[in-house]
Amino acid sequence: MDLAVFLVQCLNAVQYGLLLFLVASGLTLIFGILGVINLAHGSFYMIGAYLAYALAPWTAAHLGGGFFTAMAIGLTLSVVFGYLLEWGFVSYLYRREHLQQVLMTYGLILVFEELRSILAGDDVHGVAMPAWLAGSIPLGGVMTYPIYRLFMSGVCVAVALGLYAVIARTRLGMAIRAGASNREMVQALGVDVRLLYRVVFAAGVALAVLAGMLAAPVSSVYPGMGNQVLIISFVVVVIGGIGSIRGALLASLLVAFVDTFGNVLVPQAAGVLVYVLMAMILLWRPEGLFRTG
Amino acid sequence: MIHRRNTLAAALVAGALCLAAAGAHAQSKIKVGLMLPYTGTYAALGTAIENGFRLYVQEQGGKLGGREIEYFRVDDESDPSKAVDNMNKLVKRDNVDVVVGTVHSGVAMAMAKVARDTNTLLVVPNAGAGAVTGAMCAPNIFRSSFSNWQPGYAMGKVAGEKGAKKVVTITWKYAAGDESVEGFREGLKSAGGEVVKELTLPFPNVEFQALLTEIAAAKPDAVYAFFAGGGAVKFVKDYAAAGLNKTIPLYGPGFLTDGTLEAQGAAAQGMLTTLHYADGLDVPKDKAFRAEYLKAYKTAPDVYAVQGYDAAQMLGAGLAAVKGDIAKRPELIAAMEKEKIDSPRGAFTLSKAHNPIQDIYLRKVVGTENRFEGVAVKALADPARGCKM
Repeated sequence: MDLAVFLVQCLNAVQYGLLLFLVASGLTLIFGILGVINLAHGSFYMIGAYLAYALAPWTAAHLGGGFFTAMAIGLTLSVVFGYLLEWGFVSYLYRREHLQQVLMTYGLILVFEELRSILAGDDVHGVAMPAWLAGSIPLGGVMTYPIYRLFMSGVCVAVALGLYAVIARTRLGMAIRAGASNREMVQALGVDVRLLYRVVFAAGVALAVLAGMLAAPVSSVYPGMGNQVLIISFVVVVIGGIGSIRGALLASLLVAFVDTFGNVLVPQAAGVLVYVLMAMILLWRPEGLFRTG
Repeated sequence: MIHRRNTLAAALVAGALCLAAAGAHAQSKIKVGLMLPYTGTYAALGTAIENGFRLYVQEQGGKLGGREIEYFRVDDESDPSKAVDNMNKLVKRDNVDVVVGTVHSGVAMAMAKVARDTNTLLVVPNAGAGAVTGAMCAPNIFRSSFSNWQPGYAMGKVAGEKGAKKVVTITWKYAAGDESVEGFREGLKSAGGEVVKELTLPFPNVEFQALLTEIAAAKPDAVYAFFAGGGAVKFVKDYAAAGLNKTIPLYGPGFLTDGTLEAQGAAAQGMLTTLHYADGLDVPKDKAFRAEYLKAYKTAPDVYAVQGYDAAQMLGAGLAAVKGDIAKRPELIAAMEKEKIDSPRGAFTLSKAHNPIQDIYLRKVVGTENRFEGVAVKALADPARGCKM
């Protein structure tokens, strides 16, 4: 592997890692702060992708189009949706065992998949990317790199910085961190924990939906796309340390590098490398890289 | 006197019973078990196969070999771990005469195993696993579709004839991909080319970027890819986005572009693929079939519908030969083996291992159609390795 190819592969890994982070950050938020094992997180990613598919023609017809308009509408819908879902289902799970959480969120997967099948059918659909992002730039004579992928990475970095700022620097972030470590104490201090949890869950859903909408133009939308993402996201969350945004970022990049170079250098073992990495890290640090709370 | 009257009554009753039984025999329906995916990724394929099958039966007035058909449907969910149970539901609980299924190769392998063990008549309307008409072949197992090897071999031959000397292949690491690549390698070799690198990634991973960079660095004459569904769409689009389609032609079996062209859009235009079916075939049967299908289901048929239709034709040929008496298994099988199936894809016969010997077409993507370009290989038979029949 010469240097140019190596650098392109590094870029591939970083770009894949950042997208993984976007999905995993929502999962780790919900898992770490609400204490709920949310198997339906992959479905939110899938819903995001299908929203991008469904909203694009609608915004084009009624609002004069616009990629960001569709994205803003999708995000608004997802926050409302997450809020209602927490109120109707997830809020009943906090004091229950993990098994019950798994059962309910698995049930939600089935419901979402079936609804998707009824509403959008089982075909694969493409989603157009905005024209101004559709080009590619040449990369050291090896290949060209789609601008849209770089744009995706940019959005992911912005989201990572934004999340960090909110959680580390704001009053809301402080309440979230406190609520994660001691729910009763925070309640006693006069914070509305129920509202707080609702907001966190909605934010987690919005992150997954954002990831799905962003990824839709490159990945297309198809049945079962959420389940694939779910498994790898859980790996990221476990490696990073449950509830840690910083850990999720580092773990995403780690997983992406192992996956990218594993596919290229040891294709026979590519399927298990990521899980070997997870096992090794858990042996070394059973609580993950950064365990908070 | 009394005695005589009793005898007469008994005789009458016996006669009536016989008539009733004969009547029941004439009316009893052939039980067809449809084990297909009705949910999940392959749901659309399962529906198309059933639609095709039912269309042929309807054209025959709802009867095959003079007997009406009763359907028993089981959703196999494309889940190999449930396949044996699902198959047993049809064979043991519903007591069906014949099973038609399925799409997923892993499920089909399990079905073939049960069919062998219970001597159930099985017609596979899609799954291309080589072993179904290879190592696992049996007198009671038929296939109306293809083997993974067939389109791969044809594409290899075309690629070699177009001057590709060094080719890189890429697929998911699973049986169907391996078999398809193996076919391609043999076809390419027969035309003077060589596979220089085999890239794989775990099923159903769709993060192709790292391997695309490998392809770019290797600079081959052509690339052969085997993917299906969402993975196929993403691969073709990523390949184009990486700028590789401008310098390195991308070839594949028809599954790379079938049913996914709307989603692939501009990225797929001009691509060449091989399959046993194509748009714009000059086959009169195909034109009639398309019109009938469109009328019945309000949607255009695809290759899966054709395979379902032909599964019914094969079964119909066997049942016609024994006049609906499905118990005459050897005669039924002999008739199915001999029949020349008048398929919308063009007429085909069956190999000794019960896989279609068929023309594999070269197709070119134009708009949302896989246009017929020519015949890649005429009357191509699967090598049926491991079949002892």
